[in-house]
Amino acid sequence: MNNIIKKFIPQILAILFVVLIFGFLTLNAQTNMDNRGIDFGFDFLSQESSFDVQFSLIEYSGSDSYSRAFLVGLLNTLLVSFISIIICTILGVIIGVARLSSNYLIKNSAAWYVEFFRNIPLLLQIFFWYYAALRALPMPEKANAWFGVTYMTVKGYYIPSMVWENLNVFLYCGLAAIISIIVLRNYASKLRDTQGKQIPVLLYSLALLIVLPLLSFLFGGVSLGFELPELKKLSKISYIYEGGISLPPELIALVLALSLYTSTFVAECVRAGIEGVSKGQKEAAASVGLTPNQVLKLVIMPQALRIIIPPTTNQYLNLTKNSSLAAAIAYPDLVLVFAGTALMQTGKAIEIVSITMLTYLTISLTIAAIMNWYNKKIEIKEK
Amino acid sequence: MQTFNFLKPNRDNIKNYSIIGSLLVLVSLIDVISNAFLQINLTFFLPGSLTNLFPLILGLIGLNMMRIDYSGNKTLDLLNKNINTNNFNALLTLLILFSIIKVLPQSLSWMILDATISGDSKDACTGTGACWTYIKVWFRRFMYGMYPNEFHWRINTAFILVIALGFVGYFMKENLKKYLALYYVIIYPVIAYLVIYYLISGGSFGLQWVETGAWGGLSLTFIVSFFCLIFCFPLGMIFALGRRSNLPAIKYISICYIEFWRGVPLITVLFMSSVMFPMFLPEDFFMDKLVRVIIAITLFEAAYCAEVIRGGLQSLPRGQYDAAKSLGMGYWKMHIFVILPQALKLVIPGIANTFLALVKDTPLIFVVGLAELAGMLALAKTNPKWLGFAMEGYIFASIIFWIICYAMSKYSYNLESKYKTER
Repeated sequence: MNNIIKKFIPQILAILFVVLIFGFLTLNAQTNMDNRGIDFGFDFLSQESSFDVQFSLIEYSGSDSYSRAFLVGLLNTLLVSFISIIICTILGVIIGVARLSSNYLIKNSAAWYVEFFRNIPLLLQIFFWYYAALRALPMPEKANAWFGVTYMTVKGYYIPSMVWENLNVFLYCGLAAIISIIVLRNYASKLRDTQGKQIPVLLYSLALLIVLPLLSFLFGGVSLGFELPELKKLSKISYIYEGGISLPPELIALVLALSLYTSTFVAECVRAGIEGVSKGQKEAAASVGLTPNQVLKLVIMPQALRIIIPPTTNQYLNLTKNSSLAAAIAYPDLVLVFAGTALMQTGKAIEIVSITMLTYLTISLTIAAIMNWYNKKIEIKEK
Repeated sequence: MQTFNFLKPNRDNIKNYSIIGSLLVLVSLIDVISNAFLQINLTFFLPGSLTNLFPLILGLIGLNMMRIDYSGNKTLDLLNKNINTNNFNALLTLLILFSIIKVLPQSLSWMILDATISGDSKDACTGTGACWTYIKVWFRRFMYGMYPNEFHWRINTAFILVIALGFVGYFMKENLKKYLALYYVIIYPVIAYLVIYYLISGGSFGLQWVETGAWGGLSLTFIVSFFCLIFCFPLGMIFALGRRSNLPAIKYISICYIEFWRGVPLITVLFMSSVMFPMFLPEDFFMDKLVRVIIAITLFEAAYCAEVIRGGLQSLPRGQYDAAKSLGMGYWKMHIFVILPQALKLVIPGIANTFLALVKDTPLIFVVGLAELAGMLALAKTNPKWLGFAMEGYIFASIIFWIICYAMSKYSYNLESKYKTER
């Protein structure tokens, strides 16, 4: 009896406490909204948004609904996160490996890179790139061509856009290449397990990946053209580039800051992962006659990746959440478009902030769930 | 007879090779230096792109010649071991050296040699370098925000008092040491709050009232992160214990709380505190914007704190729990006297890291209209008298934040290594 009381009283109290807090807040919200004449509901999502977004991946205009504006913001957030994740991974791996180099200069430069970018608040870095560094770029008419066809100007980065014909044939070929590579890999590992034969999978895979899409160009009627950005005079002093794709300076500043900042954390994860594999593993692998490449591929990397991947995914999550700082430099991401402009117009504070938070929460929890599943899968099964 | 082996330097021909090699490296360095400092191209006679590659090739050959294993020469061995183990390493070494030579003089002359610091208006800045006059004129604003100039001593005094009170724990008498945790968790926050309220806010004791809207600059960063830290620590402890509880209701409430706050970005939390929070408060109940922000950040950081503390609780061996239980201790006794003192010691570095993240997050309060350092910079940048000095402003702020964060990360690293060896 005593035990039951001990178990249930605190739980009931805790639940009561939570219910009371929520009840109190809801009651207040209701009276406040009644007083101000606001009603609660999500009908506004289908209403006409009547505001413009300066950069969007999908067709969008002021006559579209708020839900489409939400989608535009979400896609912009995902775009900036995706680009930054790729860049920060490449940078992070290079810097992380460099920190373990035997070369004194390289080791210390990498260490200082990490210390430098990690210890400056991300918001300041974004401001620095956007307001100070990118503002020092030349005007469109004075811009020099980078690689001959792209232009970095104060109004953004202009790159040629690709004009495809029969894109779907090309995509099918790419898909076929990927599927055949997977089949080949399975076949190769089977061959290795049963007969002990090795085939150069990487070489064949690369060949497949290049040859199949190339064939689509030759026989599938696929063609690729480039639309180059061209300088156009708008008025006496104002010029603009037309054609091609233009990446707005907000996007560039955000990608630079996010990827430089996060790459320091990724570098630390990579370093910890490689250091975490004991030296004996390498020596043992070498002593059973594996080549240095095989040691790296079959012994070191699988163990290092097990240490590296979970914290790195965490950093990717942080990066995605940090991309919401875009609102500070007016890059139209989820927070700016939805929790900023849409909120100002509709005044539906509770609904809009909840939707925004739930969206981020969904992204985080999904990735966390995938990570948990992955961790369980790669866990060392101890007997 | 010794043959002069041109491709394979070894101990026998060390003299020739090390001298020729170092000479070549020296020439390549001189070429780059003269290019960077004097704008003289020593290799003008070479065609276009080769001029740029020339020092690199020269240096590579030189380093290759100097690479002699076990040469017997101490300096040479040290050099080879550290920067010149193979061709790839030599190439990277040269690239780093050259880029330092190219970048350093430019940035140095911009930041120091050509910079201006005299005068007190924009007209003083005529040089090509940085204009530190801007920072000098705005310095008080960057530090104290719009707080009236004649009352800045109040902020300084309050900070000194709070820091001094924080060190009291070090000088406590031995028999009072057992109350240390009580002091830091309950008494100290209250005293610190009172000090900051009465000194900085004013309104009584003959001090003039200064509304929180006028607070700002770096001092606001400190105030926000200080309060968030001392409030989020106990809250985080509660949720960490809750998450490890055997009682399902408490466990799941804690998990929901922690996962919710960890899943959303701070900026949406701040948006919530500024636009959504007032809707949830009773009518006619006014809460200051700064207080709302501090509550929001505290709730947010408490979730991260909870995870750090949970890590400490988990790392304690099971035997500690069993031993405490076998002595007949209940849940609270066990945690207060056995588990928490050990676990909290373990998590101090982790808490320091959380605090570091907190300090780096405080500039975000700029989005709800509180002007700490980043906010003051944005204000100063758009001042018509001082247009065009964004670069100086952001570099100044970055340096300040960098020093604070670097010192803190080094401190937490030291703590980490200290406690690692003790266990």
